Amino acid sequence: MQMLEKVLAHNGLVTAFLLVGIITWLSARLSRRLTLGRVHGSAIAILIGLGLAYYGGVLTGKQNGLADISLFSGIGLMGGAMLRDFAIVATAFEVQVTEARKAGLIGACSLLLGTVLPFIVGASIAHAFGYRDVVSMTTIGAGAITYIVGPVTGAALGASSDVMALSIATGLLKAIMVMVGTPFAAGFLGLNNPRSAMVFGGLAGTVSGVSAGLAATDRRLVPYGALVATFHTGLGCLLGPSALYLATKAIMA
Amino acid sequence: MIIYGTALLAACHLLGLFLGDLLGSLIGVKSNVGGVGIAMLLLIFARLYLHKRGLLPQETEQGVAFWGAMYIPVVVAMAATQNVVAALRGGPVAVLGALGAVLVCGCVIALLNRGGSQQAWQPEAETPQDPLA
Repeated sequence: MQMLEKVLAHNGLVTAFLLVGIITWLSARLSRRLTLGRVHGSAIAILIGLGLAYYGGVLTGKQNGLADISLFSGIGLMGGAMLRDFAIVATAFEVQVTEARKAGLIGACSLLLGTVLPFIVGASIAHAFGYRDVVSMTTIGAGAITYIVGPVTGAALGASSDVMALSIATGLLKAIMVMVGTPFAAGFLGLNNPRSAMVFGGLAGTVSGVSAGLAATDRRLVPYGALVATFHTGLGCLLGPSALYLATKAIMA
Repeated sequence: MIIYGTALLAACHLLGLFLGDLLGSLIGVKSNVGGVGIAMLLLIFARLYLHKRGLLPQETEQGVAFWGAMYIPVVVAMAATQNVVAALRGGPVAVLGALGAVLVCGCVIALLNRGGSQQAWQPEAETPQDPLA
């Protein structure tokens, strides 16, 4: 048993391939047996992943979910930014250029809306719960854009660490809600063609939420959504500490 | 050679991220601006260019396609490394902030997508290539 554990721990990435393979197989069966294929297998796999992340977090008290358990450290490499971005870029190979070009303008518009609207919601709720200073409101509002924009904005403005943590939590929850909710809301959202995927990518924010949500809905839509969503964090980091901060300050004054 | 495809993908990935960093520092942002998106555009253009010249044999394409197909497994692994505990510990401000943002954006997405006249895609066929089949 100890020897087996050593082999697994020393070959982290390969262990991760095996683990994800097992999760995927399990969720495909669950999808067919329990939901008669109505809930996409990928959606169940992502849910199991999140559940394991919770388990890992509770067990170790650290921040990287299952990857903090040394036996499964390879999952951190497999699900890290490097391989994630590599795989996302690879999906661009299937993009039909004419489709993407047709939706370019509306994609850009939804990107701007997807930055401003969550900020307004987040900042208003922060205000309602007693975070009345402009820096805290801006930081929590920025967290509602993505969980990277929140801390970047907070650091630039000098927000306190509990507000930063709150803003990261807001962004993380948003990403998880998008991951889990998208396949169920796909009909309501009209998510069935490249144009709609680009609108979704701009408005729903966070590469992780959008890409997982679309993957669980229809994997052919992933590149279109990701193409737009990838600009989300950059735009948020650009506007958060500048235009959005100044606007909030002007309104609150 | 399959590695040519993977190398092409790697070149686009690295160049895109580099340009994203460059763009970020040019406009004074402490983050990468659209690096992955730029890399995707580079790959799309590279494919069109090479395809036209007949320099893209199927083996080369497979070197990219494999990684595209690995996408969902990578996302599952990513889900397993999220800081779910911290997210759930955020309390009502985080929950309401996130929920409000998701609901408002969802309604706007639905609105924008109803306005369009583009045809819906057929539901994905269950092919043997389906990673979950």
